[in-house]
Amino acid sequence: MSDLSQVVVIDSGGANLASLQYALERLGAGTIVSTDAAVIQAAPRVLLPGVGSAGAAMRRLRDCGLDTLIPRLSQPVLGICLGMQLLFEASAEGNTRCLGILPGTVERLVPAPGRPVPHMGWNTLESVQPDPLLEGIPAGEYFYFVHGYAAAPDAATLATTDYGGPRVAVARRGNFRGVQFHPERSGAAGARLLNNFLRMN
Amino acid sequence: MLARRIIPCLDVRDGQVVKGVRFRDHRVVGDILELACRYRDEGADELVFYDITASPEGRSVDRAWVQRVAKVLDIPFCVAGGIRSVADAEAVLNAGAEKISVNSPALADPGLIGRLAERFGAQCVVVGIDSETTASGYRVYQFTGDPDRSRDSGRDTLQWVREVQERGAGEVVLNCMASDGVRQGYDLAQLAAVRAVCEVPLVASGGAGAIAHFESVFREAGVDAALAASVFHSGAIAIPDLKASLRRAGIEVRP
Repeated sequence: MSDLSQVVVIDSGGANLASLQYALERLGAGTIVSTDAAVIQAAPRVLLPGVGSAGAAMRRLRDCGLDTLIPRLSQPVLGICLGMQLLFEASAEGNTRCLGILPGTVERLVPAPGRPVPHMGWNTLESVQPDPLLEGIPAGEYFYFVHGYAAAPDAATLATTDYGGPRVAVARRGNFRGVQFHPERSGAAGARLLNNFLRMN
Repeated sequence: MLARRIIPCLDVRDGQVVKGVRFRDHRVVGDILELACRYRDEGADELVFYDITASPEGRSVDRAWVQRVAKVLDIPFCVAGGIRSVADAEAVLNAGAEKISVNSPALADPGLIGRLAERFGAQCVVVGIDSETTASGYRVYQFTGDPDRSRDSGRDTLQWVREVQERGAGEVVLNCMASDGVRQGYDLAQLAAVRAVCEVPLVASGGAGAIAHFESVFREAGVDAALAASVFHSGAIAIPDLKASLRRAGIEVRP
């Protein structure tokens, strides 16, 4: 287990950190789960996971003083699912102001016949842009999505997925990246993406 | 495109996978981890583990196996059985499950659905419904894991499907009891009726016996996922063959 594979997982208050930790363990990465600013600041890489609601997650980040720390981080940061949504300016979920690292807002998905909400299951990546995080992951690859809110694609989007129109699946601004799907539950493709992240410096 | 999901269901009793016919006469079909890994490798999109003895006997889910499963699986899985409180659910989710499913406890305490959704998000909260076709329409049954206690819960299935969504369910698994374990096909009429009132993902359960049954439940009932147990456990249907057939039939599935 090398230092290079160390990653700090921000404890954003969701109950599902275990599956992410196990996925990282399978890749040989040492993980620390923390809300400690010093630990997070010193980490070679930071993961921001999240389930539950945007409001509750932002409250927790604020309570830990992380809402001001996270945008200043300079190492690779990856937001997963709600963790990605928190990187945007705001979320329609509870009209929550978020971290403002990625431009744009997260809107509610509206159910329609043949298109239930939450968007739940395996969907493909489309319009995939070159990026170290997506190395070896072609358009058409399936990932596991579970979400009821989504962002519309813009210049920061690295890949989309189609669910009643294109939705942000992967986004990036500088050292900050986010994925709407759950790589820890996306089979070999998800492991590949996490492994790509663990190689970033 | 969002793929239709194929979900093997592993009924768990005393730490082993069992299967009965019409909810009776359960026999052991294999070890949990062994079957979980087999289905993962064969391309299952998700797994459901249902502790069929937990709810009737007042026990909780044995969490040791949940963690063992979470360590090896890189696909989502849901745990059902004996989840009566936010604390029960939290323990299962903390052990690494993606979702929890409530059935009888939600009938006894419908407010549980909302409390779970508020704490963990709707996407974690699955409501399982055992439904029987009767002279008075589709009826929700409870305590179905125990033939001596299984009975009409006093609720109409379509009404209950509407209510659980309002309360915050993120997915509905509809188990059509008359079809379960007899391999004559899913109850397409009932599933289509539920689909019409279900705006969250809907999983069909009960009756899969042939590849054609999966094709028709996706095509005719419009469900998001099809759950089956005995046809997979027995080897009667191999998931790679099933998915290849569905793809040939023009139904989107993950390779």
